[in-house]
Amino acid sequence: MSQQEWPLWEVFIRSKKGLNHKHVGSLRAPDAQLAVENARDVYTRRSEGISIWVVLSNNIVASDPSESPELFEPADDKVYRHPTFYDVPDGISHM
Amino acid sequence: MLILFVLIVLKHIFVLLSCVPMENKNLELLEEKFQQKIDQDIKIEPNDWMPDNYRQTLIRQISQHAHSEVVGMLPEGNWITRAPNLRRKAVLLAKVQDEAGHGLYLYSAVETLGADREDTIDDLHSGKVKYSSIFNYPTLSWADMGAIGWLVDGAAIMNQVPLCRCSYGPYARAMVRVCKEESFHQRQGFEIMTTLCKGTLEQKAMAQDAFNRFWWPALMMFGPNDAESKHTAQSMKWKIKRSTNDELRQQFIDVTVPQAELLGLTIPDADLKWNESTNHYDFGTINWDEFWQVVNGNGPCNAERIEARTKAKENGLWVRAAAMAHAEKQRERTKQSA
Repeated sequence: MSQQEWPLWEVFIRSKKGLNHKHVGSLRAPDAQLAVENARDVYTRRSEGISIWVVLSNNIVASDPSESPELFEPADDKVYRHPTFYDVPDGISHM
Repeated sequence: MLILFVLIVLKHIFVLLSCVPMENKNLELLEEKFQQKIDQDIKIEPNDWMPDNYRQTLIRQISQHAHSEVVGMLPEGNWITRAPNLRRKAVLLAKVQDEAGHGLYLYSAVETLGADREDTIDDLHSGKVKYSSIFNYPTLSWADMGAIGWLVDGAAIMNQVPLCRCSYGPYARAMVRVCKEESFHQRQGFEIMTTLCKGTLEQKAMAQDAFNRFWWPALMMFGPNDAESKHTAQSMKWKIKRSTNDELRQQFIDVTVPQAELLGLTIPDADLKWNESTNHYDFGTINWDEFWQVVNGNGPCNAERIEARTKAKENGLWVRAAAMAHAEKQRERTKQSA
């Protein structure tokens, strides 16, 4: 008998209207439809969601943690991108 | 020419020799950085570098935990068809379904460490990896559903709440979900006990009997004494574990004894008494021989549990294969019609 494993899917749930889908975990299922149905049973048994996305884990491209410094450090020395960098004179409001 | 060759060979040998200490040095540096992250309470995520032992410890612990959830469905599944009324049946079904869900969250977490889900399940079936020994005790009466929910899930909560702060992100997140769901499990168990204890003398006796049989095994769920626990020190340093076995066991006894008193049940331990100087209950000696017997496969239901799990996998293989074949066919069809 075939020992081939069902593929791995990443599950994203929108908990209510107005919020993003958020990664909640993964599961195995033979196809997309069953992945959605299994995600319903595994991740929304207590009304945690109103919408489900499933994505084959193999299709996710992730940044490499060892490259994090190159990717993210350039943002650290650009404090002028934050409003708190600027002095606002006393008496000025709505800014 | 020959001299050149010898020189090249020598150079290679030199490079090889100098690489080994360099690599060790590198590893030490990585391990040091890793421990710093742990000390600063920075979570470790799946693709981050981690020491091999950290990975192996987590694979062992999380897969054992997953197996415990799944094997834990068996003693309770035993009573679904015989629940005393429809409400109790619906509740028990929901609880057992939750245990399946908990197993799935945990198998997902273990897969993020690069372990193969099916391999970990086969390790359970071959006896290489254990599960909580509490599930090797039989469920002889309906009152056992009460005792299990109240004591076994209660002890599990005690164990799992600190794990929500575990250093490994996916495990910690799975534990948050599990803990939210477990508290219903404990309450439904306590409700069963309350109902029995308020019932006829016979019902009360059933509750006491279940309590007598599950009290000591529940205390054993926290594992060996700290002095005997070989993994505790390293796991605490890595923040995989946040409290020791003995601390958690004491905490469990301290909260559970007053609950038993409220039910009017007698604690099956002649040495149990409140100690005013420590502000904790003193309790009798745990039968560690029994604990190790059950862990090592000689409990009342070990063979039955493993047989049930192995059969479930074997008898389900054709369903998995059929579902894959169906999915493949559907894909082909969509391709053709496109």
